[in-house]
Amino acid sequence: MTATIPLTTVDGGVIDRVLATLLDDLWGGLLDVLAGATGVEILASPFMQRAYLAAVCVALVGPLVGSFLVHREMAMIGDTLAHAAFAGVAAGLFVNAVFAVAVPPLATALVVAALAALVVQTLVDYAGAYRDTSLAIVLTGSFAVGSVLITAADGGIAVGINAYLFGSLATVSRANAGILLAMTTLVGLAVGAAYRPLVYVTFDEVGARAAGIDVTRYNRLLAVLTAVVVVGAMQIMGVILVAAMLVIPVAAASPVTGFRRSIAASVAAGLLATVAGVTLSYWYDVAAGGTIVITAIAVYATVSLGSRVRADLTARRNVDATATETLADGGGHGDRAE
Amino acid sequence: MTAAVDVREATFSYGDRPVIEDVSLTVETGEFLGLVGPNGSGKTTLLELVIGLRRPDSGTVSLFGEPAADLAAGERVGYVPQDVGEAAGGMPVTVEEVVRMGRYPHRLFRRFRGEDRRAVAAALERVGIADIADRRIGRLSGGQRQRAFIARALAAEADLLALDEPTVGVDAESREAFYDLLHELNDEGMTIVLIEHDIGVVTTHASEIACLNRALFFHGDPEAFVETDALAAAYGNAQHVVAHDH
Repeated sequence: MTATIPLTTVDGGVIDRVLATLLDDLWGGLLDVLAGATGVEILASPFMQRAYLAAVCVALVGPLVGSFLVHREMAMIGDTLAHAAFAGVAAGLFVNAVFAVAVPPLATALVVAALAALVVQTLVDYAGAYRDTSLAIVLTGSFAVGSVLITAADGGIAVGINAYLFGSLATVSRANAGILLAMTTLVGLAVGAAYRPLVYVTFDEVGARAAGIDVTRYNRLLAVLTAVVVVGAMQIMGVILVAAMLVIPVAAASPVTGFRRSIAASVAAGLLATVAGVTLSYWYDVAAGGTIVITAIAVYATVSLGSRVRADLTARRNVDATATETLADGGGHGDRAE
Repeated sequence: MTAAVDVREATFSYGDRPVIEDVSLTVETGEFLGLVGPNGSGKTTLLELVIGLRRPDSGTVSLFGEPAADLAAGERVGYVPQDVGEAAGGMPVTVEEVVRMGRYPHRLFRRFRGEDRRAVAAALERVGIADIADRRIGRLSGGQRQRAFIARALAAEADLLALDEPTVGVDAESREAFYDLLHELNDEGMTIVLIEHDIGVVTTHASEIACLNRALFFHGDPEAFVETDALAAAYGNAQHVVAHDH
Protein backbone atom coordinates (compact mmCIF):
# COMPACT_ATOMS: atom_id res chain seq x y z
CA MET A 1 0.00 0.00 0.00
CA THR A 2 1.02 3.56 -0.54
CA ALA A 3 1.10 4.27 3.16
CA THR A 4 4.30 2.29 3.45
CA ILE A 5 6.15 4.44 0.96
CA PRO A 6 7.92 7.23 2.78
CA LEU A 7 8.07 10.59 1.05
CA THR A 8 11.66 10.91 2.16
CA THR A 9 12.65 8.68 -0.75
CA VAL A 10 11.89 11.62 -3.04
CA ASP A 11 14.22 13.90 -1.21
CA GLY A 12 15.37 15.09 2.07
CA GLY A 13 13.68 16.71 4.89
CA VAL A 14 12.39 19.66 2.85
CA ILE A 15 9.17 18.01 1.71
CA ASP A 16 8.74 16.44 5.14
CA ARG A 17 9.12 19.78 6.82
CA VAL A 18 6.74 21.56 4.45
CA LEU A 19 4.23 18.78 5.00
CA ALA A 20 4.64 19.01 8.76
CA THR A 21 4.04 22.75 8.67
CA LEU A 22 1.00 22.56 6.39
CA LEU A 23 -0.56 19.40 7.68
CA ASP A 24 0.22 19.43 11.40
CA ASP A 25 0.81 23.05 12.32
CA LEU A 26 -1.60 24.90 10.06
CA TRP A 27 -4.41 22.50 9.20
CA GLY A 28 -4.09 20.32 12.31
CA GLY A 29 -3.80 23.38 14.53
CA LEU A 30 -6.85 24.98 12.95
CA LEU A 31 -8.99 21.88 13.40
CA ASP A 32 -7.71 21.40 16.97
CA VAL A 33 -8.88 24.90 17.80
CA LEU A 34 -12.18 24.17 16.08
CA ALA A 35 -12.53 20.92 18.03
CA GLY A 36 -11.81 22.76 21.29
CA ALA A 37 -14.33 25.48 20.50
CA THR A 38 -17.13 23.22 19.30
CA GLY A 39 -16.49 20.14 21.39
CA VAL A 40 -16.62 17.98 18.26
CA GLU A 41 -13.96 15.45 19.07
CA ILE A 42 -13.47 13.87 15.65
CA LEU A 43 -11.96 17.15 14.44
CA ALA A 44 -9.00 16.55 16.73
CA SER A 45 -8.06 13.09 15.43
CA PRO A 46 -5.17 13.20 12.94
CA PHE A 47 -6.88 10.54 10.82
CA MET A 48 -10.03 12.63 10.42
CA GLN A 49 -8.00 15.78 9.99
CA ARG A 50 -6.42 14.21 6.93
CA ALA A 51 -9.81 13.02 5.71
CA TYR A 52 -11.23 16.54 6.02
CA LEU A 53 -8.21 17.95 4.22
CA ALA A 54 -8.84 15.52 1.37
CA ALA A 55 -12.53 16.48 1.43
CA VAL A 56 -11.71 20.17 1.12
CA CYS A 57 -9.19 19.57 -1.68
CA VAL A 58 -11.64 17.43 -3.66
CA ALA A 59 -14.39 20.01 -3.20
CA LEU A 60 -12.09 22.73 -4.51
CA VAL A 61 -10.68 21.11 -7.64
CA GLY A 62 -13.58 18.89 -8.69
CA PRO A 63 -16.09 21.68 -9.38
CA LEU A 64 -13.32 24.02 -10.55
CA VAL A 65 -12.40 21.76 -13.46
CA GLY A 66 -15.89 20.29 -13.72
CA SER A 67 -17.41 23.71 -14.48
CA PHE A 68 -15.55 23.74 -17.79
CA LEU A 69 -16.32 20.10 -18.58
CA VAL A 70 -20.05 20.24 -17.82
CA HIS A 71 -20.61 23.29 -20.00
CA ARG A 72 -18.82 21.62 -22.89
CA GLU A 73 -21.00 18.56 -22.45
CA MET A 74 -17.89 16.56 -21.65
CA ALA A 75 -18.96 15.49 -18.19
CA MET A 76 -18.30 11.84 -18.93
CA ILE A 77 -14.61 12.40 -19.63
CA GLY A 78 -14.12 12.36 -15.85
CA ASP A 79 -15.55 8.87 -15.64
CA THR A 80 -13.39 7.69 -18.52
CA LEU A 81 -10.21 9.05 -16.98
CA ALA A 82 -11.12 7.56 -13.62
CA HIS A 83 -11.22 4.14 -15.21
CA ALA A 84 -7.90 4.88 -16.90
CA ALA A 85 -6.54 5.83 -13.49
CA PHE A 86 -7.77 2.48 -12.21
CA ALA A 87 -5.68 0.76 -14.88
CA GLY A 88 -2.79 2.91 -13.66
CA VAL A 89 -3.31 1.85 -10.04
CA ALA A 90 -3.50 -1.78 -11.13
CA ALA A 91 -0.29 -1.36 -13.14
CA GLY A 92 1.42 0.18 -10.13
CA LEU A 93 0.32 -2.57 -7.77
CA PHE A 94 1.25 -5.19 -10.39
CA VAL A 95 4.75 -3.78 -10.83
CA ASN A 96 5.16 -3.60 -7.06
CA ALA A 97 4.02 -7.18 -6.57
CA VAL A 98 5.92 -8.75 -9.46
CA PHE A 99 9.18 -6.80 -9.48
CA ALA A 100 9.39 -5.99 -5.79
CA VAL A 101 9.92 -2.28 -6.36
CA ALA A 102 8.25 0.60 -4.60
CA VAL A 103 6.29 2.62 -7.16
CA PRO A 104 3.42 4.58 -5.61
CA PRO A 105 0.19 3.46 -7.35
CA LEU A 106 -0.97 7.08 -7.32
CA ALA A 107 2.01 8.01 -9.50
CA THR A 108 1.29 5.29 -12.06
CA ALA A 109 -2.41 6.26 -11.94
CA LEU A 110 -1.51 9.86 -12.70
CA VAL A 111 0.72 8.92 -15.64
CA VAL A 112 -1.81 6.51 -17.17
CA ALA A 113 -4.75 8.89 -16.67
CA ALA A 114 -2.84 11.82 -18.19
CA LEU A 115 -1.88 9.69 -21.19
CA ALA A 116 -5.49 8.53 -21.54
CA ALA A 117 -6.58 12.18 -21.41
CA LEU A 118 -4.35 12.98 -24.37
CA VAL A 119 -5.54 9.88 -26.25
CA VAL A 120 -9.18 10.83 -25.67
CA GLN A 121 -8.55 14.40 -26.79
CA THR A 122 -6.78 13.20 -29.94
CA LEU A 123 -9.62 10.79 -30.71
CA VAL A 124 -12.14 13.57 -30.22
CA ASP A 125 -10.13 15.91 -32.47
CA TYR A 126 -10.02 13.36 -35.26
CA ALA A 127 -13.39 11.68 -34.87
CA GLY A 128 -15.22 14.95 -34.24
CA ALA A 129 -18.78 14.19 -33.32
CA TYR A 130 -18.13 10.64 -32.11
CA ARG A 131 -17.15 11.73 -28.64
CA ASP A 132 -19.27 9.14 -26.90
CA THR A 133 -17.70 6.32 -28.85
CA SER A 134 -14.14 7.49 -28.15
CA LEU A 135 -14.88 7.82 -24.46
CA ALA A 136 -16.55 4.42 -24.26
CA ILE A 137 -13.59 2.73 -25.96
CA VAL A 138 -11.01 4.29 -23.65
CA LEU A 139 -13.21 3.72 -20.56
CA THR A 140 -13.87 0.03 -21.10
CA GLY A 141 -10.43 -0.58 -22.60
CA SER A 142 -8.59 0.75 -19.58
CA PHE A 143 -10.86 -1.03 -17.13
CA ALA A 144 -10.17 -4.23 -19.08
CA VAL A 145 -6.41 -3.71 -18.80
CA GLY A 146 -6.82 -3.03 -15.07
CA SER A 147 -8.81 -6.19 -14.45
CA VAL A 148 -6.33 -8.31 -16.42
CA LEU A 149 -3.38 -6.91 -14.47
CA ILE A 150 -5.08 -7.59 -11.13
CA THR A 151 -5.82 -11.20 -11.90
CA ALA A 152 -2.42 -11.74 -13.51
CA ALA A 153 -0.71 -11.15 -10.16
CA ASP A 154 -2.50 -14.14 -8.57
CA GLY A 155 -5.15 -12.20 -6.77
CA GLY A 156 -2.68 -10.93 -4.21
CA ILE A 157 -3.38 -7.29 -5.07
CA ALA A 158 -7.13 -7.69 -5.33
CA VAL A 159 -7.39 -6.73 -1.68
CA GLY A 160 -5.63 -3.41 -2.19
CA ILE A 161 -7.68 -2.54 -5.24
CA ASN A 162 -10.98 -2.43 -3.37
CA ALA A 163 -9.99 0.74 -1.57
CA TYR A 164 -9.35 2.41 -4.91
CA LEU A 165 -12.57 1.15 -6.50
CA PHE A 166 -14.89 2.36 -3.77
CA GLY A 167 -12.75 4.91 -2.02
CA SER A 168 -11.79 4.93 1.58
CA LEU A 169 -10.77 7.45 4.18
CA ALA A 170 -8.06 5.00 5.23
CA THR A 171 -6.13 5.50 1.98
CA VAL A 172 -5.50 9.13 2.91
CA SER A 173 -2.11 8.56 4.47
CA ARG A 174 0.16 11.45 5.34
CA ALA A 175 1.99 11.05 2.06
CA ASN A 176 -1.23 10.88 0.07
CA ALA A 177 -2.59 13.96 1.83
CA GLY A 178 0.59 15.75 0.79
CA ILE A 179 0.23 14.57 -2.81
CA LEU A 180 -3.41 15.69 -2.86
CA LEU A 181 -2.45 19.08 -1.48
CA ALA A 182 0.20 19.48 -4.18
CA MET A 183 -2.24 18.40 -6.90
CA THR A 184 -4.84 20.87 -5.64
CA THR A 185 -2.33 23.70 -5.70
CA LEU A 186 -1.20 22.73 -9.20
CA VAL A 187 -4.75 22.53 -10.58
CA GLY A 188 -5.75 25.78 -8.87
CA LEU A 189 -2.78 27.65 -10.30
CA ALA A 190 -3.24 26.18 -13.78
CA VAL A 191 -6.94 27.04 -13.97
CA GLY A 192 -6.24 30.48 -12.51
CA ALA A 193 -3.57 31.18 -15.12
CA ALA A 194 -5.50 29.78 -18.09
CA TYR A 195 -8.93 30.97 -16.93
CA ARG A 196 -9.61 33.29 -19.87
CA PRO A 197 -8.70 30.97 -22.75
CA LEU A 198 -10.53 28.12 -20.97
CA VAL A 199 -13.67 30.24 -20.60
CA TYR A 200 -13.53 31.39 -24.22
CA VAL A 201 -13.02 27.88 -25.57
CA THR A 202 -15.77 26.50 -23.33
CA PHE A 203 -18.27 29.15 -24.35
CA ASP A 204 -17.59 29.39 -28.07
CA GLU A 205 -14.94 27.14 -29.54
CA VAL A 206 -15.25 28.47 -33.10
CA GLY A 207 -15.21 32.07 -31.89
CA ALA A 208 -12.10 31.29 -29.84
CA ARG A 209 -10.36 29.84 -32.88
CA ALA A 210 -11.35 32.88 -34.93
CA ALA A 211 -9.90 35.05 -32.16
CA GLY A 212 -6.56 33.27 -32.58
CA ILE A 213 -6.70 31.16 -29.41
CA ASP A 214 -4.96 27.79 -29.67
CA VAL A 215 -8.06 25.71 -28.94
CA THR A 216 -6.31 22.33 -29.16
CA ARG A 217 -3.76 23.35 -26.55
CA TYR A 218 -6.42 24.36 -24.03
CA ASN A 219 -8.53 21.30 -24.73
CA ARG A 220 -5.50 19.17 -23.91
CA LEU A 221 -4.77 21.21 -20.81
CA LEU A 222 -8.34 20.72 -19.60
CA ALA A 223 -8.17 16.96 -20.25
CA VAL A 224 -4.87 16.59 -18.36
CA LEU A 225 -6.16 18.72 -15.46
CA THR A 226 -9.19 16.44 -15.33
CA ALA A 227 -6.84 13.47 -15.07
CA VAL A 228 -5.01 15.12 -12.15
CA VAL A 229 -8.29 15.89 -10.35
CA VAL A 230 -9.61 12.39 -10.87
CA VAL A 231 -6.46 10.75 -9.51
CA GLY A 232 -6.40 13.09 -6.53
CA ALA A 233 -10.06 12.64 -5.68
CA MET A 234 -10.04 8.90 -6.36
CA GLN A 235 -8.57 8.12 -2.93
CA ILE A 236 -11.66 9.02 -0.99
CA MET A 237 -14.26 8.95 -3.77
CA GLY A 238 -13.33 5.71 -5.46
CA VAL A 239 -12.85 5.14 -9.20
CA ILE A 240 -16.50 4.46 -9.83
CA LEU A 241 -17.85 7.57 -8.13
CA VAL A 242 -15.11 10.14 -8.62
CA ALA A 243 -16.72 11.72 -11.71
CA ALA A 244 -19.64 12.79 -9.51
CA MET A 245 -17.53 15.54 -7.96
CA LEU A 246 -16.89 17.00 -11.42
CA VAL A 247 -20.57 17.11 -12.27
CA ILE A 248 -23.03 17.26 -9.35
CA PRO A 249 -21.76 20.40 -7.57
CA VAL A 250 -21.67 22.17 -10.96
CA ALA A 251 -25.25 21.13 -11.65
CA ALA A 252 -26.24 22.34 -8.18
CA ALA A 253 -24.72 25.76 -8.96
CA SER A 254 -26.45 26.11 -12.32
CA PRO A 255 -29.11 28.60 -11.10
CA VAL A 256 -26.33 31.08 -10.27
CA THR A 257 -25.80 33.78 -12.91
CA GLY A 258 -22.25 34.65 -13.95
CA PHE A 259 -19.60 32.04 -14.70
CA ARG A 260 -17.14 33.13 -12.00
CA ARG A 261 -19.89 33.21 -9.41
CA SER A 262 -21.21 29.83 -10.55
CA ILE A 263 -17.74 28.31 -10.06
CA ALA A 264 -17.62 29.74 -6.53
CA ALA A 265 -21.11 28.41 -5.83
CA SER A 266 -20.22 24.95 -7.15
CA VAL A 267 -17.15 24.85 -4.89
CA ALA A 268 -19.40 25.79 -1.97
CA ALA A 269 -21.84 23.01 -2.89
CA GLY A 270 -18.89 20.63 -3.19
CA LEU A 271 -17.57 21.62 0.25
CA LEU A 272 -20.95 21.06 1.81
CA ALA A 273 -21.22 17.62 0.20
CA THR A 274 -17.69 16.40 0.97
CA VAL A 275 -17.44 17.67 4.55
CA ALA A 276 -20.93 16.41 5.45
CA GLY A 277 -20.26 13.19 3.54
CA VAL A 278 -16.96 12.46 5.30
CA THR A 279 -18.56 13.14 8.69
CA LEU A 280 -21.55 10.89 8.01
CA SER A 281 -19.28 8.22 6.59
CA TYR A 282 -17.27 8.24 9.83
CA TRP A 283 -20.32 8.24 12.13
CA TYR A 284 -22.10 5.39 10.40
CA ASP A 285 -18.96 3.59 9.22
CA VAL A 286 -20.05 3.45 5.56
CA ALA A 287 -18.19 4.14 2.30
CA ALA A 288 -16.98 7.72 2.05
CA GLY A 289 -17.39 8.08 -1.71
CA GLY A 290 -20.98 6.90 -1.73
CA THR A 291 -21.92 9.08 1.23
CA ILE A 292 -20.40 12.14 -0.42
CA VAL A 293 -22.23 11.49 -3.71
CA ILE A 294 -25.58 10.98 -1.97
CA THR A 295 -25.05 14.19 0.02
CA ALA A 296 -24.11 16.05 -3.17
CA ILE A 297 -27.25 14.84 -4.91
CA ALA A 298 -29.31 15.95 -1.90
CA VAL A 299 -27.73 19.42 -2.16
CA TYR A 300 -28.49 19.49 -5.89
CA ALA A 301 -32.11 18.39 -5.38
CA THR A 302 -32.66 20.98 -2.64
CA VAL A 303 -31.18 23.80 -4.72
CA SER A 304 -33.15 22.81 -7.84
CA LEU A 305 -36.39 22.63 -5.91
CA GLY A 306 -35.64 25.92 -4.16
CA SER A 307 -34.87 27.78 -7.38
CA ARG A 308 -37.97 26.35 -9.07
CA VAL A 309 -40.18 27.50 -6.20
CA ARG A 310 -38.52 30.91 -6.22
CA ALA A 311 -39.03 31.28 -9.99
CA ASP A 312 -42.71 30.41 -9.59
CA LEU A 313 -43.12 32.93 -6.77
CA THR A 314 -41.38 35.65 -8.80
CA ALA A 315 -43.57 34.93 -11.81
CA ARG A 316 -46.70 35.11 -9.65
CA ARG A 317 -45.57 38.36 -8.04
CA ASN A 318 -44.92 39.87 -11.48
CA VAL A 319 -48.37 38.87 -12.64
CA ASP A 320 -49.87 40.44 -9.51
CA ALA A 321 -47.80 43.59 -9.94
CA THR A 322 -48.85 43.90 -13.58
CA ALA A 323 -52.49 43.44 -12.65
CA THR A 324 -52.24 46.10 -9.94
CA GLU A 325 -50.43 48.48 -12.27
CA THR A 326 -53.03 47.97 -14.96
CA LEU A 327 -55.82 48.66 -12.48
CA ALA A 328 -54.08 51.76 -11.14
CA ASP A 329 -53.23 53.36 -14.50
CA GLY A 330 -56.08 51.95 -16.42
CA GLY A 331 -53.44 50.77 -18.88
CA GLY A 332 -49.65 50.37 -19.04
CA HIS A 333 -47.80 47.12 -19.23
CA GLY A 334 -45.33 45.16 -17.23
CA ASP A 335 -41.87 45.05 -18.76
CA ARG A 336 -41.02 41.44 -18.43
CA ALA A 337 -39.59 40.81 -21.89
CA GLU A 338 -36.90 38.16 -21.79
CA MET B 1 -3.49 49.98 -49.16
CA THR B 2 -4.07 46.22 -48.86
CA ALA B 3 -7.57 44.85 -49.17
CA ALA B 4 -9.18 43.54 -45.97
CA VAL B 5 -9.81 40.18 -47.64
CA ASP B 6 -8.08 38.82 -50.72
CA VAL B 7 -9.11 35.36 -51.94
CA ARG B 8 -7.16 34.10 -54.97
CA GLU B 9 -8.14 31.00 -56.89
CA ALA B 10 -9.07 29.25 -53.66
CA THR B 11 -10.24 25.65 -53.79
CA PHE B 12 -11.43 23.56 -50.87
CA SER B 13 -12.87 20.05 -50.57
CA TYR B 14 -14.20 17.88 -47.77
CA GLY B 15 -12.54 14.61 -48.67
CA ASP B 16 -13.24 14.20 -52.38
CA ARG B 17 -16.28 16.47 -52.33
CA PRO B 18 -15.32 19.89 -53.69
CA VAL B 19 -17.05 22.76 -51.89
CA ILE B 20 -15.19 25.81 -53.14
CA GLU B 21 -13.79 25.83 -56.67
CA ASP B 22 -11.40 28.42 -57.97
CA VAL B 23 -12.94 31.37 -56.15
CA SER B 24 -11.26 34.77 -56.37
CA LEU B 25 -12.71 37.66 -54.43
CA THR B 26 -11.52 40.83 -52.74
CA VAL B 27 -13.19 42.81 -50.01
CA GLU B 28 -11.85 46.33 -49.62
CA THR B 29 -11.61 47.97 -46.22
CA GLY B 30 -14.94 49.51 -45.28
CA GLU B 31 -16.92 47.35 -47.69
CA PHE B 32 -20.12 45.49 -46.73
CA LEU B 33 -20.14 42.23 -48.64
CA GLY B 34 -23.29 40.13 -48.78
CA LEU B 35 -22.59 36.49 -49.54
CA VAL B 36 -25.56 34.66 -51.05
CA GLY B 37 -26.13 31.25 -52.56
CA PRO B 38 -28.33 28.18 -52.21
CA ASN B 39 -28.03 25.75 -49.29
CA GLY B 40 -24.83 23.72 -49.47
CA SER B 41 -23.24 26.21 -51.86
CA GLY B 42 -20.12 26.60 -49.71
CA LYS B 43 -20.95 30.02 -48.22
CA THR B 44 -20.04 29.04 -44.68
CA THR B 45 -16.89 27.26 -45.87
CA LEU B 46 -15.81 30.37 -47.78
CA LEU B 47 -16.42 32.47 -44.68
CA GLU B 48 -14.37 30.00 -42.62
CA LEU B 49 -11.55 30.26 -45.16
CA VAL B 50 -11.73 34.05 -45.01
CA ILE B 51 -11.42 34.22 -41.22
CA GLY B 52 -8.72 31.56 -41.14
CA LEU B 53 -10.65 28.68 -39.55
CA ARG B 54 -9.73 26.55 -42.57
CA ARG B 55 -6.87 26.49 -45.04
CA PRO B 56 -7.55 26.33 -48.80
CA ASP B 57 -6.37 23.16 -50.57
CA SER B 58 -4.96 25.39 -53.27
CA GLY B 59 -4.91 29.10 -53.93
CA THR B 60 -4.47 31.72 -51.21
CA VAL B 61 -6.67 33.55 -48.74
CA SER B 62 -5.22 36.70 -47.21
CA LEU B 63 -6.66 38.70 -44.37
CA PHE B 64 -5.22 42.19 -43.85
CA GLY B 65 -2.34 41.17 -46.11
CA GLU B 66 -1.39 38.02 -44.19
CA PRO B 67 -2.35 34.39 -44.88
CA ALA B 68 -5.71 34.13 -43.08
CA ALA B 69 -4.97 30.82 -41.33
CA ASP B 70 -1.71 32.22 -39.88
CA LEU B 71 -3.06 35.59 -38.81
CA ALA B 72 -1.70 36.22 -35.34
CA ALA B 73 -3.90 39.23 -34.64
CA GLY B 74 -7.08 37.28 -33.89
CA GLU B 75 -8.69 40.30 -32.26
CA ARG B 76 -9.05 41.92 -35.70
CA VAL B 77 -11.79 39.44 -36.66
CA GLY B 78 -15.17 39.44 -34.98
CA TYR B 79 -17.12 36.27 -35.71
CA VAL B 80 -20.85 35.97 -35.12
CA PRO B 81 -21.91 32.35 -35.49
CA GLN B 82 -25.11 31.09 -37.06
CA ASP B 83 -26.92 29.98 -33.96
CA VAL B 84 -25.55 31.81 -30.98
CA GLY B 85 -28.29 30.30 -28.87
CA GLU B 86 -26.57 26.99 -29.45
CA ALA B 87 -23.20 28.48 -28.57
CA ALA B 88 -24.52 29.85 -25.31
CA GLY B 89 -25.96 26.52 -24.22
CA GLY B 90 -26.66 26.33 -20.54
CA MET B 91 -23.46 28.04 -19.49
CA PRO B 92 -24.33 30.68 -16.89
CA VAL B 93 -22.21 33.45 -18.46
CA THR B 94 -23.51 37.00 -18.33
CA VAL B 95 -23.70 39.37 -21.28
CA GLU B 96 -20.81 41.34 -19.82
CA GLU B 97 -18.68 38.20 -19.43
CA VAL B 98 -19.25 37.46 -23.13
CA VAL B 99 -18.30 40.98 -24.17
CA ARG B 100 -15.19 40.81 -21.96
CA MET B 101 -14.08 37.83 -24.07
CA GLY B 102 -13.54 40.35 -26.85
CA ARG B 103 -10.61 41.70 -24.83
CA TYR B 104 -9.09 38.26 -24.23
CA PRO B 105 -6.99 38.21 -27.42
CA HIS B 106 -5.47 41.47 -26.15
CA ARG B 107 -4.99 40.21 -22.60
CA LEU B 108 -5.08 36.46 -22.52
CA PHE B 109 -3.21 36.25 -19.23
CA ARG B 110 -2.48 39.73 -17.91
CA ARG B 111 -4.84 41.80 -15.78
CA PHE B 112 -7.44 44.00 -17.43
CA ARG B 113 -6.54 47.66 -17.51
CA GLY B 114 -8.69 50.77 -17.68
CA GLU B 115 -8.68 50.70 -21.47
CA ASP B 116 -10.06 47.13 -21.48
CA ARG B 117 -12.89 48.01 -19.13
CA ARG B 118 -13.64 51.15 -21.13
CA ALA B 119 -13.75 49.16 -24.39
CA VAL B 120 -16.20 46.68 -22.84
CA ALA B 121 -18.43 49.43 -21.45
CA ALA B 122 -18.38 51.33 -24.76
CA ALA B 123 -19.24 48.18 -26.76
CA LEU B 124 -22.18 47.37 -24.48
CA GLU B 125 -23.37 50.95 -24.84
CA ARG B 126 -22.87 51.05 -28.61
CA VAL B 127 -25.17 48.12 -29.37
CA GLY B 128 -27.68 49.16 -26.72
CA ILE B 129 -27.39 46.29 -24.24
CA ALA B 130 -25.69 48.04 -21.31
CA ASP B 131 -28.90 47.71 -19.28
CA ILE B 132 -28.89 43.90 -19.59
CA ALA B 133 -25.14 43.42 -18.99
CA ASP B 134 -25.77 41.32 -15.86
CA ARG B 135 -28.31 39.01 -17.47
CA ARG B 136 -27.52 35.47 -18.51
CA ILE B 137 -26.80 35.28 -22.23
CA GLY B 138 -28.77 32.06 -22.57
CA ARG B 139 -31.95 33.75 -21.36
CA LEU B 140 -31.95 36.60 -23.87
CA SER B 141 -33.96 36.86 -27.05
CA GLY B 142 -32.19 35.96 -30.30
CA GLY B 143 -31.82 39.59 -31.28
CA GLN B 144 -30.29 40.61 -27.95
CA ARG B 145 -27.92 37.67 -28.08
CA GLN B 146 -26.69 38.68 -31.53
CA ARG B 147 -26.08 42.18 -30.24
CA ALA B 148 -23.97 40.73 -27.44
CA PHE B 149 -21.83 38.92 -30.02
CA ILE B 150 -21.47 42.14 -32.02
CA ALA B 151 -20.47 43.91 -28.80
CA ARG B 152 -17.83 41.24 -28.23
CA ALA B 153 -16.35 42.04 -31.65
CA LEU B 154 -16.51 45.79 -30.95
CA ALA B 155 -14.78 45.31 -27.59
CA ALA B 156 -12.04 43.45 -29.45
CA GLU B 157 -11.73 46.51 -31.70
CA ALA B 158 -12.17 44.18 -34.66
CA ASP B 159 -11.68 45.54 -38.16
CA LEU B 160 -13.77 42.86 -39.81
CA LEU B 161 -17.13 41.45 -38.80
CA ALA B 162 -17.94 38.00 -40.19
CA LEU B 163 -21.56 36.94 -39.73
CA ASP B 164 -23.10 33.63 -40.74
CA GLU B 165 -26.88 34.01 -41.13
CA PRO B 166 -27.04 35.93 -37.88
CA THR B 167 -30.80 36.49 -37.79
CA VAL B 168 -32.07 32.93 -38.11
CA GLY B 169 -34.80 32.60 -35.50
CA VAL B 170 -34.88 36.33 -34.75
CA ASP B 171 -38.23 38.10 -34.98
CA ALA B 172 -38.82 40.53 -37.86
CA GLU B 173 -38.67 43.72 -35.82
CA SER B 174 -35.40 42.83 -34.07
CA ARG B 175 -34.01 41.77 -37.45
CA GLU B 176 -34.62 45.18 -38.95
CA ALA B 177 -33.00 46.86 -35.95
CA PHE B 178 -30.08 44.44 -36.18
CA TYR B 179 -29.43 45.22 -39.84
CA ASP B 180 -29.75 48.93 -39.14
CA LEU B 181 -27.02 48.48 -36.52
CA LEU B 182 -24.80 46.66 -39.03
CA HIS B 183 -25.43 49.45 -41.51
CA GLU B 184 -24.38 52.08 -38.96
CA LEU B 185 -21.24 50.16 -38.03
CA ASN B 186 -20.37 49.88 -41.71
CA ASP B 187 -20.85 53.63 -42.11
CA GLU B 188 -18.42 54.11 -39.23
CA GLY B 189 -15.79 52.14 -41.19
CA MET B 190 -16.30 48.50 -40.13
CA THR B 191 -15.68 45.97 -42.91
CA ILE B 192 -18.48 43.40 -42.95
CA VAL B 193 -18.88 39.99 -44.59
CA LEU B 194 -22.41 38.69 -44.15
CA ILE B 195 -23.96 35.41 -45.16
CA GLU B 196 -27.70 35.83 -45.51
CA HIS B 197 -30.32 33.66 -47.11
CA ASP B 198 -32.75 36.55 -47.47
CA ILE B 199 -31.61 38.15 -50.73
CA GLY B 200 -33.86 41.15 -50.19
CA VAL B 201 -32.03 42.02 -46.95
CA VAL B 202 -28.63 41.67 -48.60
CA THR B 203 -29.45 43.82 -51.59
CA THR B 204 -30.85 46.51 -49.28
CA HIS B 205 -27.91 46.73 -46.86
CA ALA B 206 -24.76 45.41 -48.55
CA SER B 207 -22.50 47.53 -50.73
CA GLU B 208 -21.26 44.48 -52.66
CA ILE B 209 -22.80 41.12 -53.45
CA ALA B 210 -21.06 37.82 -54.06
CA CYS B 211 -23.22 34.98 -55.34
CA LEU B 212 -21.74 31.57 -54.76
CA ASN B 213 -22.49 28.01 -55.65
CA ARG B 214 -19.15 26.25 -55.37
CA ALA B 215 -17.83 28.70 -57.96
CA LEU B 216 -18.42 32.42 -57.89
CA PHE B 217 -21.37 33.37 -60.10
CA PHE B 218 -21.41 37.08 -59.46
CA HIS B 219 -19.42 39.75 -57.66
CA GLY B 220 -20.46 43.35 -57.92
CA ASP B 221 -22.84 45.96 -56.59
CA PRO B 222 -26.43 45.12 -55.59
CA GLU B 223 -28.02 47.12 -58.41
CA ALA B 224 -26.10 45.18 -61.04
CA PHE B 225 -26.84 41.92 -59.19
CA VAL B 226 -30.62 42.22 -59.44
CA GLU B 227 -30.25 42.97 -63.17
CA THR B 228 -28.22 39.87 -64.00
CA ASP B 229 -29.35 36.27 -64.17
CA ALA B 230 -26.51 35.20 -61.82
CA LEU B 231 -29.04 34.26 -59.18
CA ALA B 232 -30.96 31.96 -61.47
CA ALA B 233 -27.71 30.46 -62.70
CA ALA B 234 -26.42 29.85 -59.17
CA TYR B 235 -29.67 28.45 -57.86
CA GLY B 236 -30.22 26.45 -61.00
CA ASN B 237 -33.85 27.50 -61.42
CA ALA B 238 -36.08 30.51 -61.43
CA GLN B 239 -35.67 32.44 -58.21
CA HIS B 240 -36.99 35.91 -57.72
CA VAL B 241 -35.67 38.61 -55.50
CA VAL B 242 -38.34 39.23 -52.94
CA ALA B 243 -39.15 42.90 -52.81
CA HIS B 244 -38.90 44.43 -49.37
CA ASP B 245 -40.94 47.51 -48.68
CA HIS B 246 -40.51 48.30 -45.05
